[in-house]
Amino acid sequence: MTIAPEQNSDAPEKPPVPEGHVRLIVDGVEITAPKGELIIRTAERIGVEVPRFCDHPLLDPAAACRQCLVEVEMNGRPMPKPQPACAVTVADGMVVKTQRTSAVADKAQQGVMELLLINHPLDCPICDKGGECPLQNQALAHGRTDSRFVDTKRTFAKPVPISNQVLLDRERCVLCQRCTRFSAEIAGDPFIDLLERGAHQQIGVGPADPDSLLSRVDSPSEVTGFTVHGHDGDIAVGDKQPYSSYFSGNVIQICPVGALTSAAYRFRSRPFDLVSKPSVCEHCASGCAQRTDFRRGKVQRRLAGDDPAVNEEWNCDKGRFAFTYATATDRFTRPMVRDEASGELRESSWTEALRVAAAGLLAARGNKGAAVLTGGRLTVEDAYAYAKFARIALHTNDIDFRARPHSAEELDFLSSTVLGATPDNGGVSYADLETAPAVLSVAFEPEEESPIVFLRLRKAARKSSTAVFHIGSHTTPAVTKTFGTLLACVPGAEAAAVDGLAAHAPDVVESLRKPGAVVLVGERAAIIPGLFAALHKLIETTGAKLAWIPRRAGERGALEAGAVPNLLPGGRSVTDAAARADIERSWGLAAGSLPAQLGLDTNGIIAAAAAGQLGALVVGGVDPDDLPDPELAVTALSTVDFVVSLELRPSEVTRRAHVVLPVAPAAEKSGSYLNWEGRRREFGVVIERAGALPDCRVLDTLAVEMDADLFTQTAQAAAGDLARLGAPAAPSPTAALVMDPAAPVAAGTGQVRLATWRQLLDNGSLQRGEPHLAGTARPAIAKLAPATAVRFGITFGGDVTVSTARGSVTLPVLPADLPVDVLWLPENSGPSAVHRVLGAGHGSVVNIGPAPSGATSAGAGAAGSSAAGSSSAGSGATGFRPAGFSAASEGEA
Amino acid sequence: MSTDPVTPVLTKRWLSPRSWRLSTYEQLEGYTALRKALAATPEQLVNVVKDAGLRGRGGAGFPAGVKWSFMPPNEDKPHYLVINADEGEPGTCKDIPLMMADPHSLIEGCVIASYAMRSHHCFIYVRGEALHCVRRLNSAVREARAAGYLGQNILDTGYDLDITVHAGAGAYICGEETALLDSLEGRRGQPRLKPPFPAAAGLYAAPTTVNNVETIASVPFIVNAGSAWFRSMGREKSPGPKIFSISGHVTKPGQYEAPMGTTLRQLLELCGGMKDGIPLKFWTPGGSSTPMFTAEHLDVPLDFEGAAEAGSMLGTTAVQVFNETVSVPWAVMKWTQFYEHESCGKCTPCREGTYWLAQILERMVAGEGTVSDIDTLLDVCDNIFGRSFCALGDGAVSPIQSGIKYFRDEFLALCDSNAVNAARGNDERRELAGAHSR
Repeated sequence: MTIAPEQNSDAPEKPPVPEGHVRLIVDGVEITAPKGELIIRTAERIGVEVPRFCDHPLLDPAAACRQCLVEVEMNGRPMPKPQPACAVTVADGMVVKTQRTSAVADKAQQGVMELLLINHPLDCPICDKGGECPLQNQALAHGRTDSRFVDTKRTFAKPVPISNQVLLDRERCVLCQRCTRFSAEIAGDPFIDLLERGAHQQIGVGPADPDSLLSRVDSPSEVTGFTVHGHDGDIAVGDKQPYSSYFSGNVIQICPVGALTSAAYRFRSRPFDLVSKPSVCEHCASGCAQRTDFRRGKVQRRLAGDDPAVNEEWNCDKGRFAFTYATATDRFTRPMVRDEASGELRESSWTEALRVAAAGLLAARGNKGAAVLTGGRLTVEDAYAYAKFARIALHTNDIDFRARPHSAEELDFLSSTVLGATPDNGGVSYADLETAPAVLSVAFEPEEESPIVFLRLRKAARKSSTAVFHIGSHTTPAVTKTFGTLLACVPGAEAAAVDGLAAHAPDVVESLRKPGAVVLVGERAAIIPGLFAALHKLIETTGAKLAWIPRRAGERGALEAGAVPNLLPGGRSVTDAAARADIERSWGLAAGSLPAQLGLDTNGIIAAAAAGQLGALVVGGVDPDDLPDPELAVTALSTVDFVVSLELRPSEVTRRAHVVLPVAPAAEKSGSYLNWEGRRREFGVVIERAGALPDCRVLDTLAVEMDADLFTQTAQAAAGDLARLGAPAAPSPTAALVMDPAAPVAAGTGQVRLATWRQLLDNGSLQRGEPHLAGTARPAIAKLAPATAVRFGITFGGDVTVSTARGSVTLPVLPADLPVDVLWLPENSGPSAVHRVLGAGHGSVVNIGPAPSGATSAGAGAAGSSAAGSSSAGSGATGFRPAGFSAASEGEA
Repeated sequence: MSTDPVTPVLTKRWLSPRSWRLSTYEQLEGYTALRKALAATPEQLVNVVKDAGLRGRGGAGFPAGVKWSFMPPNEDKPHYLVINADEGEPGTCKDIPLMMADPHSLIEGCVIASYAMRSHHCFIYVRGEALHCVRRLNSAVREARAAGYLGQNILDTGYDLDITVHAGAGAYICGEETALLDSLEGRRGQPRLKPPFPAAAGLYAAPTTVNNVETIASVPFIVNAGSAWFRSMGREKSPGPKIFSISGHVTKPGQYEAPMGTTLRQLLELCGGMKDGIPLKFWTPGGSSTPMFTAEHLDVPLDFEGAAEAGSMLGTTAVQVFNETVSVPWAVMKWTQFYEHESCGKCTPCREGTYWLAQILERMVAGEGTVSDIDTLLDVCDNIFGRSFCALGDGAVSPIQSGIKYFRDEFLALCDSNAVNAARGNDERRELAGAHSR
């Protein structure tokens, strides 16, 4: 084309290059770019996609695959060699020629592509990645039509399991190191690395530490043993340290070829046969964006969605793999009612079930009253339906979403400090964590309880030098991997620890005074007397922001939706007459018809029911084992006259329910969660017309049977109805919180104090039916300080028996830097069901001793694979610290 | 330009009895330069080395004084001097003999260079296979420490330095300076992405200079005799003496010290001419990574410029001499097998390319090559050269490109003599691929 010479002398001057930017030319297009931007990103912004494999925007550059070579000119002089666009940053006056405008770049890229394919098996027709494979796509776009390679390809035995969940096909691997860099940089679990060299270079796992005490924990996994093959044949068997990470699924997703595949998804589907829908993870309060892929009404896999403000491009393995519970064979599809003659549940019609349920509830309402337990997994819309149902169908404020240890202090804290906070009105957000100068984590184990928060803390520590402090019992993997400092504390004494910060760790208080500092508190704070008050004082003196991070996806939403005994939907107090009047108007109720009395919390409801003071319970997806006293909960369910259960699958509640109403799992309904930030995470129906009804619809219909109108036929209707009540205002945490002066029970001789929390992968009911995932769980192992072990005659590597008046559990025991006379147990892993078996919780006093002969921990590995999670255990023996308040820094090698 | 071999410098002590002992070294001017150097300022030393025009003896020829001046003037982080003694280039045999015969010259150079760069810890990364050499260095370090040339308050000047001798694990890639640093840190030896360069973030992310053994061993002589003396040898842009390791079909192979710019014709005179009088066919000026020369190049001055102008590189002045009995494709195949074996695997072109090239050459040497294979070889070389992560890939294609450049006929002859077989092979292949070709 011919371009007329520019004659217009008063042509507008080029706009000045903004501060911190440079101007360069990419493929003839002039563009400004922020300093430090990589050429490959600048090119993307003008629509030029330079092919790449090792490049990933969230990983440090490697420049290893050489697929993105482009020609670069600096100061008018071409650089002698083509440069990797993924590793060279832009500069003022730079001229970049990609494959579009440079024959050299194009030839270089074609050459690299041909080389990448010579040893690739080209087995696309049987490869999971075929159809969505960057190698396949880019080979078609930038490769030669034919290979000149006629010689012998390098072969490997395959696939090699590198964990119970991830399989490695070394022939397909292009050695881009995305997986190893993800593991080392993002997750901090560098259990995979490059081995060998040259064409025999491969990804692999290292040898197991033969001395590791963990090696005695049997692997219950379906894929047992690790057969490791050399490039020249099978050379060794067993004794490998598996790729042990809660984030291992991400490497499958970012692998640009089919080298890393999922044991669960392998050979299940072709990408082009799948229908993909955006979704939101239902497991924890991180609020991850996801993509759910399904075929013929069945979810085949879930992938991390790309949401820079929340999960970036990552997911934890629970969110990615734990979805088979919804297709379990024992899922309820029909309502059931208890047959009066036989006393057994029998399938019924919806009409009958609803009529029986309504009759039972109405009878209770007019008599001893009915209460509602909702659990922490509901969408905002479903929680709202329960909250409204309790108020207008059951005439009660006896509703609580907290199916876990909780307290009145916690409710005060939630109402005053958490309710209403969102990233838009000053609440703590992921971005705040990333830029915080300091973060103090109290009674919160981020890697186990909110994995994406953990990743963000690690990123903050790596990239922004955020100082991370943990008030906890011992140096957990999360402490090490967030480059954190442990402020060691006896369980139950966290309040005193926070209160004494200024005296014992003035540097921490100083760090928290820096603008942008954040304090995070987890769910087990609820049962630590006085902790909320202490935290309140801490943020008042330092100005740090405080955020509460619950474990379950539905907790925060249920609070706002009014599924609590003290707040109406929209967060207004039940004792506030004006609020009640407003809501009565909005709901079209007669004035004064809303109950005005504070309701009972979960403990209160269970106690009342067990004492025969309640007529009926409506239970939505609560597992009694989650409650602080499962035995009492079961008694309550047995004692109460009438139980309506809204459930997916059989549970302890089912056995005592009079009516069971099946509800839809997350994939079959729409709605929204509020994540820990208070950010609304809306999602649509993935599997349409599955026939299952969401809780809000079931309750709406049930209410109609009881002559009440919820107007929650659909999630959208429920959301609209809730929105009309107005959003709660941003919290103003000035309301004084009462510090409970009750001192914790002293431990007697032969007793220790219990530290416990739930591991990410455990006996949780939503993880059922996924053996590959279960095999990557950290094993059920008790931990003790060496001095404590000596005192009680317990040998590390042997078993410890932990007992209370309720029962006992025997587990293998490993050393950790716990305070003396403190025992750590996983709260719900393998045989270690702390609530059910011991009737204990965090901070309780328990008896310990060596396992009596005969008692074995053979079942201890029920939630674990061999040698998993060694990082925490391995460091313990030498890191012992005396009890009380001491600080120790843990770096990472 | 002086063309006569001069009085030996770096090798002058090598034939003394027990030349590796401190006492021998001290009798022969040993550690005199150190006293002089510690009396000067670090800046003065850097300038002397700059003025002398000392260029790196590890192959790339980067001016040593300039490299030293890249070290930051402050000492916010510890500074490190790392000696690259991972001599692994095929044909190269100069650093290990130097360290065996005269380890104290290296140690003295290390102290002077470390002082000039404000470093208090120096590492000598020795090729792991050279176990005897590691022992000798360690013994020399002990001697020097006992005599007060190392350790705290060296020669009462208040300057402290310690030297750690580290044995590598036998990977050619660890001669690449950033891979060497990774290996020294205990990691897998693979080259690092630059920037940051070692002077900014090298060993343990602290300012680091990596120098070759011969470079540092030259320093005491420069300090003692001055930069003008150094410049009196060699050529203007490549001054100084150089150890040529001559191997192959010559009468007396070995290490020959001669000024930069000496030609092969002169070197052959030193080593007694071609073995058994069989004429020269091809040779490498500086190891297998430098493109080969032929008899045409007997008078090419062997310095950085001379070798480059003639289409090769000076490299490590590892002169490998091959007579007419050697098949070029065979020699090229052996070299390529070396690079295939030693490619670290980090980047695609080198990892996959050497794997492919070796197979083609093996096939050709086995008589199963075709004429088109020669074009494929050259094109694959083109796709590796300048596309790989570090210089290993560039070095790997040098023998092939230069071999085909000078001896294409030999490659063709290999194909021709087996044309019948090759044709049949092709036919078989076509039958196998019948569905596509018919």
